[in-house]
Amino acid sequence: MRELCKKGLAQLAELLKGRKISSVELTREYLAEIEERDPSINSFVTLCPEAAMEAAKAADARLARGEGATALTGVPIAIKDIFVTKGVRTTCCSRILENYVPPYDGTVVAKLKASGAVMTGKLSMDEFAMGSSNEFSAFGPVKNPWDRSLTPGGSSGGSAAAVAAGLTPVSLGTDTGGSVRQPAAFCGVVGLKPTYGRISRYGIIAFASSLDQVGPMARDVRDCAAMLGAVAGHDELDATTIPAPVPDYAASLTGDVRGKTVGVPREYFVEGIDPEVESAVRAASDVLARLGAKVIDISLPHTRYSLACYYIIAPAEASANLARYDGVRYGHGSRNAKDLDALFSDSRTEGFGPEVALRIVLGTYVLSSGYYDAYYLKARKARTLIKGDFLEAFKECDAIIAPVTPTPPFRLGEKIDDPIRMYLNDIFTIPVNLAGLPGLSMPCGVTKSALPIGMQLIGRPLEEAELLNMAYAYERATEWHTKVPVED
Amino acid sequence: MARYEAVIGLEVHAQLATRSKMFCACASNLKDAPPNTTVCPVCTGHPGTLPTVNAGAVEMAIKVGLALGCKIHARSIFARKNYFYPDLPKGYQISQYESPLCTGGSVKVKTKRTDSEFPLIRIHLEEDAGKLMHDYGHPEKSHVDFNRCGVPLIEIVSGPDMRSPGEAGDYLRTLRNVLVYLGVCEGNLQEGNFRCDANISIRPVGQREFGTRAEMKNLNSFKAVERAVAYEIERQIKVVDGGGKVVQETRLWNDAAGRTESMRSKEEAHDYRYFPDPDLMPLTVDEKWIGRVRATLPELAHAKAMRFTRDYGITEADALIMTEDKRLADYFEETAACGAPPKKAANWIISELLRELKESEEGIAACPIGPEKLAELIGLIEDGTISGKTAKTIFAAMYRGEGVDIRGLIESKNLQQNTDSKIIEKHIDDAIAANPKQLEQYRSGKKAVLGFFVGQIMKATEGTANPELVNELLKRKLK
Ligand SMILES: [Zn+2]
Repeated sequence: MRELCKKGLAQLAELLKGRKISSVELTREYLAEIEERDPSINSFVTLCPEAAMEAAKAADARLARGEGATALTGVPIAIKDIFVTKGVRTTCCSRILENYVPPYDGTVVAKLKASGAVMTGKLSMDEFAMGSSNEFSAFGPVKNPWDRSLTPGGSSGGSAAAVAAGLTPVSLGTDTGGSVRQPAAFCGVVGLKPTYGRISRYGIIAFASSLDQVGPMARDVRDCAAMLGAVAGHDELDATTIPAPVPDYAASLTGDVRGKTVGVPREYFVEGIDPEVESAVRAASDVLARLGAKVIDISLPHTRYSLACYYIIAPAEASANLARYDGVRYGHGSRNAKDLDALFSDSRTEGFGPEVALRIVLGTYVLSSGYYDAYYLKARKARTLIKGDFLEAFKECDAIIAPVTPTPPFRLGEKIDDPIRMYLNDIFTIPVNLAGLPGLSMPCGVTKSALPIGMQLIGRPLEEAELLNMAYAYERATEWHTKVPVED
Repeated sequence: MARYEAVIGLEVHAQLATRSKMFCACASNLKDAPPNTTVCPVCTGHPGTLPTVNAGAVEMAIKVGLALGCKIHARSIFARKNYFYPDLPKGYQISQYESPLCTGGSVKVKTKRTDSEFPLIRIHLEEDAGKLMHDYGHPEKSHVDFNRCGVPLIEIVSGPDMRSPGEAGDYLRTLRNVLVYLGVCEGNLQEGNFRCDANISIRPVGQREFGTRAEMKNLNSFKAVERAVAYEIERQIKVVDGGGKVVQETRLWNDAAGRTESMRSKEEAHDYRYFPDPDLMPLTVDEKWIGRVRATLPELAHAKAMRFTRDYGITEADALIMTEDKRLADYFEETAACGAPPKKAANWIISELLRELKESEEGIAACPIGPEKLAELIGLIEDGTISGKTAKTIFAAMYRGEGVDIRGLIESKNLQQNTDSKIIEKHIDDAIAANPKQLEQYRSGKKAVLGFFVGQIMKATEGTANPELVNELLKRKLK
């Protein structure tokens, strides 16, 4: 690996500001690294070298003026292909959007551009963010950099793998039911799903609108905090964003957790959880206790309804969100259709992969007349109960510690034909989305076979700073975050 | 005589006259915009886009709700109405469903025909869809114009309380006037910014249960609504009398053929799978906001009519006619403000102006004669410069585009009122000389023949002779 590609965001920003390296030089290094090493990982679906070099030149000019440089100015970054990028192909890893070149930049992309970040490319994902293994990408699965026979997790598998492999210092993913946290755990990086509404969804291709949230991914907590600060905030273009000021997340990292209370939910350590995962997370809570936090047992009694609730609400919203891909205006339109109904159905049959089709059908079903009350309405009620559990728990504790996934990374192909087993993988992350809370995933151990294990910290609404600080304290006390995949 | 009773309910879609669209910043006024030029990623449903609510549209909807006595709900919810159609870019329409902004209220209709009140069920906000264009260069292809996508609409749903085509027409006209009065809708049926669907069923007189209803679409004028309703009532009666059953279906009004035609039956009806739009928060309207909107409510038609009779001394019948259209009422007030005696102004507007307007579909907005010009014209009659008849000639000339320089027109047409008794006397002498028989009749006591002579003289002077002077001189000469 190239030396510069081993460095984190904070170090790179320092080198750039001190004019020790130029953004053009750095960008060239990253592009070369991607070209050389990504073919065996397949984390990028689209590279934009020309636009990146342009942005790098502009960043160098900005750095030379010494004005207005941010933590991201001149730094190469990569983002999930779910973010709409003006003039750069955005596929959502679906055939139906294979040739879609958006006419606009979403809010997050506009913010990144304004901060001077250099976008090197778009990262692979499960089609329309539906999946937990990245095997549902229309452009081939991403391989886990720790072991190419394993999945990197999903749906932001490309975003996690690229960071873990040193192909980008930081990335952005999205998390609807665990899509940032689960791949972060599988790839041994830090991933944060902020509070619902903390980051604008304008310009993110919607999967399930009431659950989707942008999430930064990085090699350590500080870089993750910097990335969050760059993209968070109220947005007039997204009515669901929260009009609260954005704190300086990096500055709030004190590493002091004395007097904080951490809850360990009984319902998250149940049968079926891998013993290595369980012991790693329990050990992590011991570390926090050693650092001065109080660890208590808590209960989240409605956890068991989460999966069912999620697999009604998410497909319901998805079935409407994906209705716009009808072959009329953009994306794939069937060439052979003889009439209107055939144009709609052929375009969709040809364009959507199996998992997406399954969820659309499921969502259409649960919203259809006669079933709405029995499924959708009930799921919404369950969601309120699940959220209530957390708010109740937060009366006693400042954060909750839990596993991210029941098992370490699994093999590619292992669960692809078994949706229920695949869905169970998100059992610990989904409740957080249903409740709209911030959740952070970070390395907390390795298995006997040297694979990363992640832990999850869940916080109160809008208390990302608190969560990042707790993670930072743990990170300083341990060395798990320094472990990186062995290069081939 | 009637064995059946019609049950009619109307659903009106009114386009709100906002500057921008319901959920994006695109211009909402599409007049003369070439296809697909007033669009953006949001209203064309591009991936990643999100809607944001136009507060101006909400305000207009509240205004309508207040004017019609509805309950304005503190919390209402935008829902997605899912269906596939090429002019519906998102594959769903954002509308309100279970929790609309306004419920209740009524439309109070007061015309020569009826003085009644029709209850409303609800008023809700929604976005419009685009439109398909056929035969547009390629006979094989269809084209879609997305300009109209996202234009704000309110849907006003009446109860099933109308019983005749006339009531339906009166309800619609009154409702349209309220919206125009409020300045929230242009109210033009031809241009589609005021659209109506009618639900019609029949039932035996005395029966309480409703019959099976059919929904009429494509009603592009008040006349079409009344005709379609009348046709449909007759059709359903024939079906039932023939031993058949009315089927629940959507029917289109074919104006040229003068009949309704089946469009789709209930079997093909959509399951819209409504659910709350997760991209939008519930719409919250607090008392303060409602209070601010209430303070901007203008005087409505009926109150204005009452004021006209009180302040201007015109008859109630005239006041009702004049306030049917807000712009006409404004025209009247401006004419009076320019110094015209109100009663005279009202007469002129009702007899001359309305007759001319009836022929053009465009309404008062297209009238080339401003209120100050009408006031000037009336003033010239008052001071004896011209006769009433001459004034009508001038008015017609101005209306037909000969310009609005009244004095110039009088001069060029040589229409100055003639008060020169010498000239008039000469005309009288000529008339008497030419009509000895009538002269004899008059002298033998048939005084009505005087009118004949007046007519002859007015004709000879092209109406410019002062009629009082003519009368006076004639009587003297004929003695
Ligand atoms: Zn727009």
